[in-house]
Amino acid sequence: MMAIKLALRNLVGAGLRTWLNVIVLSLAFVVIIWHKGILDGWDRQARTDIIHWEAGGGQYWQKDYDPYDPFTLNDSHSRVSGILEEMVNKGTLTPVLITQGTIYPSGRMQSILVKGIDPKQKIVAIPSSQLDTASDAIPAIIGTGMASSARLKKGDIVTLRWRDRNGAFDAGDIIIAGVFKTTVPSVDGSQIWIPLDRLQKMMMMPGEATILVSKQGTKTLPEVDGWRVKNLDFLLSDMDKIIKSKTAGGMILWGILMMLALLAIFDTQVLAIFRRQKEIGMYIAMGMTKRQVVTLFTVEGAMHSVLATLLGAIYGIPLLGLQAIKGISFPMNGSDYGISMAERLYPYYGLKLIIITVLIVMLTTTIVSYWPARKIAKMKPTDALRGKFNDKVFAKRIASR
Amino acid sequence: MKLLLAILFTGITFAYAQYPEGKDILKKVDQNLTSENRVFTSKMVIHGKRTSRTIESKSWTAGDKKSFTEYLFPAREQGTKMLKLDDQLWIYSPSTDRIIQIAGHMLRQSVMGSDLSYEDMMEDSKLINHYNAKVTGAETVDGRPCWVLTLTAFDPDVAYQGLKIWVDKDRNVPLREEMYAKSGTLLKRLTLADVENINGRWYPKKMVFKDVLKEGDGTEFIMENIQFNVAIPDYIFSKANLKK
Repeated sequence: MMAIKLALRNLVGAGLRTWLNVIVLSLAFVVIIWHKGILDGWDRQARTDIIHWEAGGGQYWQKDYDPYDPFTLNDSHSRVSGILEEMVNKGTLTPVLITQGTIYPSGRMQSILVKGIDPKQKIVAIPSSQLDTASDAIPAIIGTGMASSARLKKGDIVTLRWRDRNGAFDAGDIIIAGVFKTTVPSVDGSQIWIPLDRLQKMMMMPGEATILVSKQGTKTLPEVDGWRVKNLDFLLSDMDKIIKSKTAGGMILWGILMMLALLAIFDTQVLAIFRRQKEIGMYIAMGMTKRQVVTLFTVEGAMHSVLATLLGAIYGIPLLGLQAIKGISFPMNGSDYGISMAERLYPYYGLKLIIITVLIVMLTTTIVSYWPARKIAKMKPTDALRGKFNDKVFAKRIASR
Repeated sequence: MKLLLAILFTGITFAYAQYPEGKDILKKVDQNLTSENRVFTSKMVIHGKRTSRTIESKSWTAGDKKSFTEYLFPAREQGTKMLKLDDQLWIYSPSTDRIIQIAGHMLRQSVMGSDLSYEDMMEDSKLINHYNAKVTGAETVDGRPCWVLTLTAFDPDVAYQGLKIWVDKDRNVPLREEMYAKSGTLLKRLTLADVENINGRWYPKKMVFKDVLKEGDGTEFIMENIQFNVAIPDYIFSKANLKK
């Protein structure tokens, strides 16, 4: 307790030097929490949106389906029967049939994926009810990304060409029944959504599907022959990898900031020990053990992190809190890069994040404070009292100033 | 009224009776256009919105299953090679020194910006094997009298389920073709010209492809130095030949 009191008095007594260190350290604190908060917020938003728009509570994939291998698409469709059909009828699964096609907006040729979805489904957020319309042309809904790349808008009619299950060309007009906005590019880019029964008829694949999406909150999906179960961990793994790589990139920024702050504290400690030799000698002469003096100087250095936490809280809480409420707008569109990213990100500052950051900063500050303080243990009290303590490293460091 | 109907019916029957069997014409067309194998150099002129590009190539073809093409001009495309074996297609690009297989979406992309897709290039078989033909009229194309044949596919696997072709009455070579989707939508139009007698068969040396759903003036395909039924060594149609 005495060490803490003494340390605090010495720190405050050091004036500007202390506050400069504290300011730099608090900046590192706030930036680390801010950066990690943005990534956590992005992660939460992306996971929620992917579940909401695409993944549901997990999916069944036809055994040949591989979204990254176009070779598989022609054969990856099977009849939905047995337990799967029962689940579809109960409303816990919705089938999606996927095939390839070509559209000709304004005479330009564009390869796309054609996805068939039940207009009455409520499992994913795709506004499929807009497909429930009577029209000679095939009703289709598209995302804003697709609308922008194909220069299409609601009410536009465009020719779609496709090949049926036998490979014969067929063509017909589609009418854009709606344009939806989503942050999930995998349900938007280069694809159109049309009624499932129309696509099954067009492809001569009655009752067939490529994937089946389960209702959100589904705990487990039973294994079914000819279909592979894809749980949420798998379906969200791409997003997890992106967040992990971004976190690793952010570590470099934290590292630089922490290095700056810790270097300042380390130097302050070295200088303090050199200049305060008589004081150290005095402490020992008055009965303090060398270990107690080392502890005093270590606590003094570590107190920087306590003050930095307090200072960081003074300006960080309102600043970061405001961002968490209002969100941060990014000039880039994530869907252009094929990643799920909302136009406005809401950082998420969890208690765990704050506690871990505070502990890391305190621990590293304590270590860099203890490092130079170890030299005190080598001092002879008589030399220290006379200010004659000499150490090559110390001397070099002081001489370089 | 009855008399009028009888005259009309007799007239129609008489008119159709004058038409030859579609199947016979189709056989003759196939005899002219298909061969055991052929080697030719060609020019592909792609007419874009603003400019036209010419691409020269040399091709070796055996039946409708094997084909190998090497691009010779322009410099940018020189050395690019394309191999078709049955329903598979590979492309070798010298700039990347890689062989890639064309599949899925990519098969629907146009070949070097032309009106031909890779899929179109892979469709090349005898019409008689896939279509029922009916002569539905007689018209003149480029000053030459032609039979108009409506072809309906009996094979569900064939790409174009409906075709309409205008066949030169004397030379049994199509001078115009229209390709239809199952729904009846016109997809592509092909104009054939510069018909020459090569080794006893009539063959159009110039073809103009037009994807009617796409903007542009189409793509000209001009064949030069065509040789039929010459010996082509097996190694030509191998993947190893792509990198040679």
